[in-house]
Amino acid sequence: MFFMKTDRHRFVVISLLLTAFIGYSLFLYAALPVQVAAANKEADSGKMVWQQYNCNACHQVYGLGGYLGPDLTNVYSVRGSAYIQAFLKNGTTIMPNFQLTGREITDLTAFLESIDASGKSDPKTFTLNYDGSIEQ
Amino acid sequence: MAALNNNKPTTSRLFMIAGLGLLAAGLLFGLTGAWQYLVPGSLKEYLSFERIRPLHVSSVVFWIIFGATGAVLTYLQQYTGKKLYCPLLVKIQLSIFAGSVITILISYTAGIFGGREYWEFHPALAIPIAAGWILFIINFIRSISSFRKQPVYVWMWITGLFFFLFTFIESYLWIFPYFRNSVVNDMTIQWKSYGSMVGAWNMLIYGSSFFLMEKISGNNKYSHAPIAFILYFTGLFNLMFNWGHHIYTLPTYPFIKHISYAVSMTELFIIGRIIWQWRSTVSTARKHFHHTAYRFIVAADIWIFLTLALAIAMSIPAVNVYTHGTHITVAHTMGATIGINSFLLLAIAFDILHDTCTPLSEKNIKWLKRGYATVNISLLIFWISLIAAGVLKARWQMQETPLPFSSMMLMLKPYFIVFFISGSAMATGFFLILYPLLKNQAACYFKYLVNKPGTGQDRLPVQLIVE
Ligand code: HEC
Ligand code: HEM
Repeated sequence: MFFMKTDRHRFVVISLLLTAFIGYSLFLYAALPVQVAAANKEADSGKMVWQQYNCNACHQVYGLGGYLGPDLTNVYSVRGSAYIQAFLKNGTTIMPNFQLTGREITDLTAFLESIDASGKSDPKTFTLNYDGSIEQ
Repeated sequence: MAALNNNKPTTSRLFMIAGLGLLAAGLLFGLTGAWQYLVPGSLKEYLSFERIRPLHVSSVVFWIIFGATGAVLTYLQQYTGKKLYCPLLVKIQLSIFAGSVITILISYTAGIFGGREYWEFHPALAIPIAAGWILFIINFIRSISSFRKQPVYVWMWITGLFFFLFTFIESYLWIFPYFRNSVVNDMTIQWKSYGSMVGAWNMLIYGSSFFLMEKISGNNKYSHAPIAFILYFTGLFNLMFNWGHHIYTLPTYPFIKHISYAVSMTELFIIGRIIWQWRSTVSTARKHFHHTAYRFIVAADIWIFLTLALAIAMSIPAVNVYTHGTHITVAHTMGATIGINSFLLLAIAFDILHDTCTPLSEKNIKWLKRGYATVNISLLIFWISLIAAGVLKARWQMQETPLPFSSMMLMLKPYFIVFFISGSAMATGFFLILYPLLKNQAACYFKYLVNKPGTGQDRLPVQLIVE
């Protein structure tokens, strides 16, 4: 096989790949998929609270996270904020009561609300195509 | 062989030994987590699941990172036949890493977080890790004199070193509000970085296994052959562009998903080659199976096949819709990190730790073989139990009016019981392997302390003096 036998071929291929990768990365950073009109302060603090207590270890968002608890992507529209706040105040057999402050609870709720507004994670809402791709 | 009797606890070896210690800790945390699946609410007061999961995952991820670092540092010196550019830098790197990991594990136990999945620790702790990694890169680049005519494993090491640093930093872009102000943006960049990061440490590990296989077979033609480079570039192409398969259900750009779907399918080429080479793999395996190190490579080969088959299936969006968010993902992750990464690293650990000290006794080897068999059989059961639990959860997700979450979890309980039992067996098997290896190291270290350096050290062939 002639191809890939010399350093020159290898350097050409790696340069092409690196250029494509850097271009792809910079494009994504510059043109993030969602354009945000105004920052949502509460939701942003809620994200920090979410990370501070590591809710993601038991819960998923868009199917990603730990699996001991349910996916929370659309819990806001399915259950409503009163229901969420009841869980956050009391915990469950498995979920600890984190002794959250009122502020933390409203921020977390705003965070879950903003996630809910971003889309649907329920697999039933997808249509499957014959070429193996999916649509929502 | 007197010349092989090198008892000095070198820094490269200490990386591997520390990694093995992290593996042992990770196994215990993993078992605790599995126990919490069985007995809901157990240990809730002190070590609830949000602490156990990161303790488990970070311990095993750092096992992989420490092990890979020890492997690359050791083999780099064997490859160049020289000491590292700056042995002091490695010592500093080890101190930084060890200090950070201990701080991280303690902070998890105390319930202090702040990061995201896989790097749940406070983001400030990422700074020393990145700094330590930069020292690693400097040391590596300065130790390799030229980039010309290098074998494929050197390419893989360099790739792994740079991409780990890049993706690690990228995974912290969320600290800027611009990148985290929408969950979709945040998760797109998060999984872009994570997807490639796994590829980066795989490059370090595969490169080192490549080096080891050539060392065992005594034939170094393959690492310069075109096919080795074609496979390397296929791997790199996937590292760069296949990460979208983690976020098929996220409402991000559709082209991210299409690119990832198409790129993932090039892995069929890799799996095709594995099948094509089956017979020659089996015959080489027969020839070298007496090598403890080689045994782990053979086991990893089988797991590469199983994991890749599952991964390719899961990379088809229409299949992923079902498997996503279920324990099939966990089966995939643990199958890969145990069956491939940990087995290859154990092969390397045996090569760099066991040959350099007093040989293991017959009795030790007998137990080691039992441990090896136990790990392999139980891992298969472990993996199947997770897939089975995942299939049931996938069906639950697709029901029009699903049962409550807690009833579904109750339904999966029999599989979690099998998961826990096979996990315990697997951990036992790992301990049977780790015990003689670590005991031997402790004995070596003791001998070194008693005899003090100078004597045996001077008689070593150049390529064995590793720092
Ligand atoms: C130790 C694991 C664990 C942690 C950590 C945890 N949860 Fe939970 N959570 C659960 C479990 C399990 C349930 C489901 C309870 C049930 O169905 O019986 C739950 C339920 C919920 C629910 C109700 C969901 C529904 O659909 O009924 C919300 C909302 C929630 N958790 C939010 C949070 C937030 C926010 C955090 C972080 C502050 C958090 N959880 C941390 C385990 C956990
Ligand atoms: C070498 C050994 C092991 C490695 C490398 C390993 C690796 C991992 C990784 C990477 C994850 C994250 C999975 C994901 O996010 O999808 C994970 C999760 C987990 N592992 Fe392991 N694991 C090992 C052994 C074990 C053992 C022996 C057990 C015990 C049965 C165990 C129990 C768990 C549990 C309970 C989770 C969490 C699943 C969840 O998020 O709900 N692991 N492991």
